[in-house]
Amino acid sequence: MPSRHPRAREIGPFLAILGPPAAWFLLFFVAPMAVVWAYSFGSNVGAAGIEITGTFLNYARTLEPVYLGILAKSFGIAAIATLACLLLGFPVALAISFAPARLRTLLLVAIMLPFWTNLLIRTYALMAVLRDQGLVNQAVEAVAPGLAPLPLLHNNFAVILGLVYVHLPFMVLPIYAALDRLDRSLLEASLDLGASHLDTIFRILVPLARPGILAGLLLTFIPALGSYLTPDLLGGPDSQMIANIIERQFKRANDWPFGAALAFVLVYLTLFVLAAQGLLRRRGEAE
Amino acid sequence: MPSPLSSPPILPGRRPLSRRRLLAGLGSAAVGLTLVSCGRESTRKINFYNWDTYIGRTTLADFQADSGIRVVPSYFATNDELFAKLKAGNPGYDVIVPSNEFVTRMNTADMLMPLDMSAIPNFANIAPEFQQADYDTTPRHSVPYTWLVLGIGYRKSKVDGVPDSWKWLYDSDRYAGRIALLTEAADLIRIGAKYLGKSLNDVDAETTAQVAAMLTRQKPYIKTFHEDNGQELLLAGDIDLVLEYNGDIAQAMTDDSDIDFVVPKEGSLLNADTLAIPNGAPEPELAHQFINFLLDARVGKGIAETILYPTPNAAAKALMPASYRDNPVIFPTGPGMENSQWGRYEGPERQRLFEDAITRMRAA
Repeated sequence: MPSRHPRAREIGPFLAILGPPAAWFLLFFVAPMAVVWAYSFGSNVGAAGIEITGTFLNYARTLEPVYLGILAKSFGIAAIATLACLLLGFPVALAISFAPARLRTLLLVAIMLPFWTNLLIRTYALMAVLRDQGLVNQAVEAVAPGLAPLPLLHNNFAVILGLVYVHLPFMVLPIYAALDRLDRSLLEASLDLGASHLDTIFRILVPLARPGILAGLLLTFIPALGSYLTPDLLGGPDSQMIANIIERQFKRANDWPFGAALAFVLVYLTLFVLAAQGLLRRRGEAE
Repeated sequence: MPSPLSSPPILPGRRPLSRRRLLAGLGSAAVGLTLVSCGRESTRKINFYNWDTYIGRTTLADFQADSGIRVVPSYFATNDELFAKLKAGNPGYDVIVPSNEFVTRMNTADMLMPLDMSAIPNFANIAPEFQQADYDTTPRHSVPYTWLVLGIGYRKSKVDGVPDSWKWLYDSDRYAGRIALLTEAADLIRIGAKYLGKSLNDVDAETTAQVAAMLTRQKPYIKTFHEDNGQELLLAGDIDLVLEYNGDIAQAMTDDSDIDFVVPKEGSLLNADTLAIPNGAPEPELAHQFINFLLDARVGKGIAETILYPTPNAAAKALMPASYRDNPVIFPTGPGMENSQWGRYEGPERQRLFEDAITRMRAA
């Protein structure tokens, strides 16, 4: 059949390659998520039962001021942590991309090193550093006895610090990847033509690194928004974030439908953030 | 001393441990054991879902040496975690350790197996006052393992006298920034109701709101809400007063003599942790055997020595030294204990009322 497009005959191998991951994705991601999504339209029956009634009451409850407030607070904390990651991570990524090749490898390994241990262990280690009689406060005590103990643990500051600490690599790596691909002659041209170093960074480097920065922002913000362990262990009496509320609905309150609704509100918002990022990128490419 | 049996793990798919190897392996540790039962079923195992640090140091190895049954422990941190794990169907646990109110709750949800008491003769070791239980009427679905009471753990050098009122945690800025409370909504509201002079059962919406308002006022003075790790915070010096269980503080006191515990005079919440068999347990027969083993006097002594929680096992308590039997933290006395009550499971609506009030208080 000469008239047929040759690619049509490749559908078999294509399916063979796509099939297993697609099945995996459907079975272990889409199906469970669909169950939880169905729960969000259900109501509790008795001590352990859930009936899918198609009710929107759970979503109505998520719109109560207290939960909107917690959502807003989670957004705020995640946004501040993401911004701090950007401010810290960009110079680090820049420094790594300009470092000599051997040192660069070492620095990249150093950035990845924290992933070698579990998040819980790292958080406990951070607690040991921050607590009233922790390393920092012992140092402060030695230098300026009047100041100690500084309130470093069990407050919102500790939560943001913890989030920055955990998510910094997710910001550095994509920005580094973008900067690494950069055509260095553009920077030389900018400097040759009389632009200052700052001008060169903000008018040449940042726009060219923009895809990396956007990816870094996303990779930091979304997990930070849904973080659970960090506010739980480092936070104070009012540091609860949305994931802590969701956890409590599933466990302590035993209200899975409401927990599912809250979780899906978070999913909807994440999709919204992704869409916004997509729009921004498209606009960036159009320019 | 590690059990000689635990060193060569039995690999799946291989021939079970031969009787000769088993006997050789038991070695000198096996003095006084009934070896008759060892040869058969030696690879059988049960899954034991327990709180962390809540069993004697050698108990599980002793049981394996005694019966040839391997106990695979796994741990939960809260009753809710236990409940959530089993809610969707038993993933394979044979013995679990729910608290008294969760026994009622799991029972109403038909999640527990009725116990065959004839297979648990050591139940006779349990003190008479713990043999009958409002939370688990006959047919029994649980046997008591430990009991515990909430109170205030404190650092003696940082606190004036004995803080024997909930006031210091709930209604005072005297120890601002030095206080940690439990994160459990029901415990917080009920203790608050006790402080207000009410019963901790049948707490209505009005009292709940009253306690939540009091905690909202108190919140600036509270350092954190802890996940039952209050003794760690106290030991680390992060706080000086903490709402905790007596057993946890008794454990902490062995590390630090500057720590003490009191049950406030307004009275507190009594709990029991129990041994139960969830429906769908793969090995109910072995589970009964294991529960009976845990209620043995000598075994109970080994457990109490490690975990330092008050035991309802009279025979085990009698074997313990006076430093345990007469310990005022493990077995508190006084007005606080006289005014204390057992909590009753009151249904999911009440739980959600408490949960909602605490979420709002935390967000306020």
